[in-house]
Amino acid sequence: MEQLKTIGRELAMGSQGGFGQSKEFLDLVKSIGEARSKAEEDRIVLSEIDILKRKLLEPDVPKRKMKEYIIRLVYIEMLGHDASFGYIHAVKMTHDDNLLLKRTGYLAVTLFLNEDHDLIILIVNTIQKDLRSDNYLVVCAALNAICRLINEETIPAVLPQVVELLNHQKEAVRKKAIMALHRFHRKSPSSVSHLISNFRKRLCDNDPGVMGATLCPLFDLISEDVTSYKDLVSSFVSILKQVTERRLPKSYDYHQMPAPFIQIKLLKIMALLGSGDKNASEIMSMVLGDLFRKCDSSTNIGNAILYECIRCISCILPNPKLLEAAADAISKFLKSDSHNLKYMGIDGLGRLIKISPDIAEQHQLAVIDCLEDPDDTLKRKTFELLYKMTKSSNVEVIVDRMIDYMISINDNHYKTEIASRCVELAEQFAPSNQWFIQTMNKVFEHAGDLVNIKVAHNLMRLIAEGFGEDDDDADSKLRLSAVESYLQLISEPKLPSLFLQVISWVLGEYGTADGKYSASYISGKLCDVADAYSSDETVKGYAVSALMKIYAFEIASGRKVDVLPECQSLIEELLASHSTDLQQRAYELQALLALDARAVETIIPLDASCEDIEVDKELSFLNGYIQQAIESGAQPYISERERSGMFETTDYHPQDHHEVPSHTLRFEAYELPKPSVPPQASTELVPVPEPYYSESHQPISTSLVSERESSEIKLRLDGVKQKWGRPSYQPTTAASSTTQQAANGITSHSDGGVGSSSSKPRSSYEPKKPEIDPEKQRLAASLFGGSSSSRTDKKSSGGHKPTKGTVNKPATVPKENPTPVQPPPDLLDLGEPTATISAMDPFKELEGLMDSSSQDGGSNDVMGLYSDAAPVTTTTSVDSLLSELSDSSKGNSRTYQSQTSKGPNTKEALEKDALVRQMGVNPTSQNPTLFKDLLG
Amino acid sequence: MIKAVMMMNTQGKPRLAKFYDYMPVEKQQELIRGVFSVLCSRPENVSNFLEIDSLFGPDSRLVYKHYATLYFVLVFDGSENELAMLDLIQVLVETLDKCFSNVCELDIVFNYSKMHAVLDEIVFGGQVLETSSAEVMKAVKEISKLEAASNSISLVPKSVSGWRGR
Repeated sequence: MEQLKTIGRELAMGSQGGFGQSKEFLDLVKSIGEARSKAEEDRIVLSEIDILKRKLLEPDVPKRKMKEYIIRLVYIEMLGHDASFGYIHAVKMTHDDNLLLKRTGYLAVTLFLNEDHDLIILIVNTIQKDLRSDNYLVVCAALNAICRLINEETIPAVLPQVVELLNHQKEAVRKKAIMALHRFHRKSPSSVSHLISNFRKRLCDNDPGVMGATLCPLFDLISEDVTSYKDLVSSFVSILKQVTERRLPKSYDYHQMPAPFIQIKLLKIMALLGSGDKNASEIMSMVLGDLFRKCDSSTNIGNAILYECIRCISCILPNPKLLEAAADAISKFLKSDSHNLKYMGIDGLGRLIKISPDIAEQHQLAVIDCLEDPDDTLKRKTFELLYKMTKSSNVEVIVDRMIDYMISINDNHYKTEIASRCVELAEQFAPSNQWFIQTMNKVFEHAGDLVNIKVAHNLMRLIAEGFGEDDDDADSKLRLSAVESYLQLISEPKLPSLFLQVISWVLGEYGTADGKYSASYISGKLCDVADAYSSDETVKGYAVSALMKIYAFEIASGRKVDVLPECQSLIEELLASHSTDLQQRAYELQALLALDARAVETIIPLDASCEDIEVDKELSFLNGYIQQAIESGAQPYISERERSGMFETTDYHPQDHHEVPSHTLRFEAYELPKPSVPPQASTELVPVPEPYYSESHQPISTSLVSERESSEIKLRLDGVKQKWGRPSYQPTTAASSTTQQAANGITSHSDGGVGSSSSKPRSSYEPKKPEIDPEKQRLAASLFGGSSSSRTDKKSSGGHKPTKGTVNKPATVPKENPTPVQPPPDLLDLGEPTATISAMDPFKELEGLMDSSSQDGGSNDVMGLYSDAAPVTTTTSVDSLLSELSDSSKGNSRTYQSQTSKGPNTKEALEKDALVRQMGVNPTSQNPTLFKDLLG
Repeated sequence: MIKAVMMMNTQGKPRLAKFYDYMPVEKQQELIRGVFSVLCSRPENVSNFLEIDSLFGPDSRLVYKHYATLYFVLVFDGSENELAMLDLIQVLVETLDKCFSNVCELDIVFNYSKMHAVLDEIVFGGQVLETSSAEVMKAVKEISKLEAASNSISLVPKSVSGWRGR
């Protein structure tokens, strides 16, 4: 049926003249339309590619034919096939004088190329010429291309002309010039920072279209820096007033609303400007009130404006009347039959609830309806609202609902998000420890592999630190309930890996803590876990370490340890494991079993998971050894960075150069980009080092073991900390010169008493305050932002503040912060910090690399390229271009990088040369030197 | 900012795709497929909005509208208003309707460059440029007039820009 329709259509179109396309194109589209499978479609497209490749190579292709080929290329690429063989023809087409061909060329290159593509350099000159064209349509086409094709480096080449065009007599050109300038600002704010005043000027443009376009860049500018635009508040308000009074030309009306899109943009800007500003809010309230009265809520666009008003009101400091109007609008939205409006209503409710928390009460039923709606979008929005409304009184209901929904969906992305929300709410508002542990179990059971690993670490930390202020009894009850629930769950099949890690850790730490369960019982369970999940090395590692702890506690308390036969076989199996990590753990366990009680107690003190272990990153205790080696003729160690001779350009402290690769630097050996490695490859390398870590760690420790026997103990503890502990607990500075042993000695001595353990961790955290702080602050802020009435609730449930009073003190300050617009913390960010740190390093390295190479004349090359590439520009513009370039040379290391990688690769250059010549682009045409520079 | 404009038919074949930040071809395909699989699983009579962080990164929303055999899709970030975007689709479709008098899927396929011309008048570099379909029509008509004119003399290799200015 579908096919018949297609054919009929096609016949009809054929009679209309086929829109200037040839029969071949029609055939192509038709046959693709009729393709029954993806494979068939691919076959058709591949043969089309063959045809096009052949045809494009023919000499003297007529221009009209060429245009059609280009369109066919675009079509092919839209279907997901590579059309790069034809890019150069599209580029050539932009040089054409014929407007139709030029536009087609520009269209194709904007769709094909990105701003860093090598071919762009061939277009910049054409763009410059076209921007000066008398034909405004040519100018428009060029401006259009600019938005997509100009990068930071080439902005200066076209900037003067774009600025000139801001005063062009055609409003269509002015409009696009503003947008192009806006795009430049987005790409590289520094390159246009001196031109920002132009946006203000254009706000007063006679043409409403131009004025409307100016609002886009102004919105961006104002969201970056509110204070310097406060003077515009009254202008915006008066513009909005004029718009609502229908002073604009009729052509801007849309569905009987005067220029609604301009109104919306203005409202957005006003929301920014009025936020927390009493004066501005007062100026705005008049026109906002008018809008509520005038807006026609029967049309979609009218509702869009109403919603924008609500949003604006939720940002500014509104008067009660406005709030009431907003609440009315929301209830209209919620009562509507349209899902779109309900969605907007829920969203508006979520915004308004921050300033008037009781507004939700009257809409309870509507909210519940939305929650039960089959529409997923609406449901999720409602969960978002609930998340904002959560207090300790309703947390159980909300989290239960969330978990039910979480179980029901398949979308992993959203599952992750909702799981972390559940965790967050549970951590904040849990009414009881029992409930908390059970909730966490459910979350881990159903979404364990999706939850951020930090959540697991958090849970372990919470169990270790306990909730109670100083209530050891409650802590041990919590631990016991955790252990009990885990023992129940552990035999369930197919638990997520992360959950098993938590289980193993908790069983190891606290399984035998209060004597309810015997060591052999727990260790049997742990062996079962290691057996059942034998392919998961992480779980196995956790299980072995847990076993080690259990045996250590047994030995330390003077009991005799019988290793179960299955444990023994597990250990033996792991001793021969391919994983060095597991192997090491097994050897350590074996070694530990042979030690006496005193030594064991020092190695693994009871309930000391919260203790800090100071890491001597300098490895200063090895100095003697090094000295000895040097004296006996060994070469001093030269860090890799020094070896490649660019340490002076990096940000590291000089002292770091003498550092043996330790934990913080562990990525570097693998990540250091070699000058010949193309930049993309080096970024790909970033995630790789993780798996290598355990191995890279190994040689250091073994060398230490041979160095001093006692240091084995420290190192192992170090390893344990590394694996179990929260990463953020590790001291970030290597300032401490005390060795680990000393630190350990102290902790184990002071930890002699069993009962006093829970007060210890706190004091040891004190120095880390700044590290925990932001997280706590965010927690507090989100709480405040969520619902002000929940603030008191939160305080009453103070027992659930994740960490104890001392650490939490600074975090309570932001609660008094009056700004209501604190966004909820971005839950997806939880895991970022560590990742970004590791990702940062290679770039720093790269920067250094590029800087140093640009000193060898790399920058000269670039400038040479430009001065050649712009032979037609006036000398002044070339000068400014050069100065801009040299100014920005520091910032854009990325572009230099492509430059340098291009340089030495002669083979590629030759190939490109051949290609270009093949295409018939002769270096003798418009800009001869340009080709030489590009290819040579 | 608008991140992408897509049109695809009900079988998931892309008819027009424009991304305002560069995406490699494979990524584009992946996104188009991803969007389609979400869209076709939506029941009828539900909202036209989707939060689509999973495909386009944090704070991404999507508005779609289903006309006959086509989905019109706009992807944008939090700085735009969902309802307004819905109306932007309406503007686009109204303009296309005026352009092709009773627009259908095949008009879009066969008039690829004109489609882009229309779209470029409405959305420019990811920002809403013009929302009055009359203005857009005016601009597009002028372009096609000039194009037609330059086309008829395309055999003469002479610059058209000089004397055909305004």
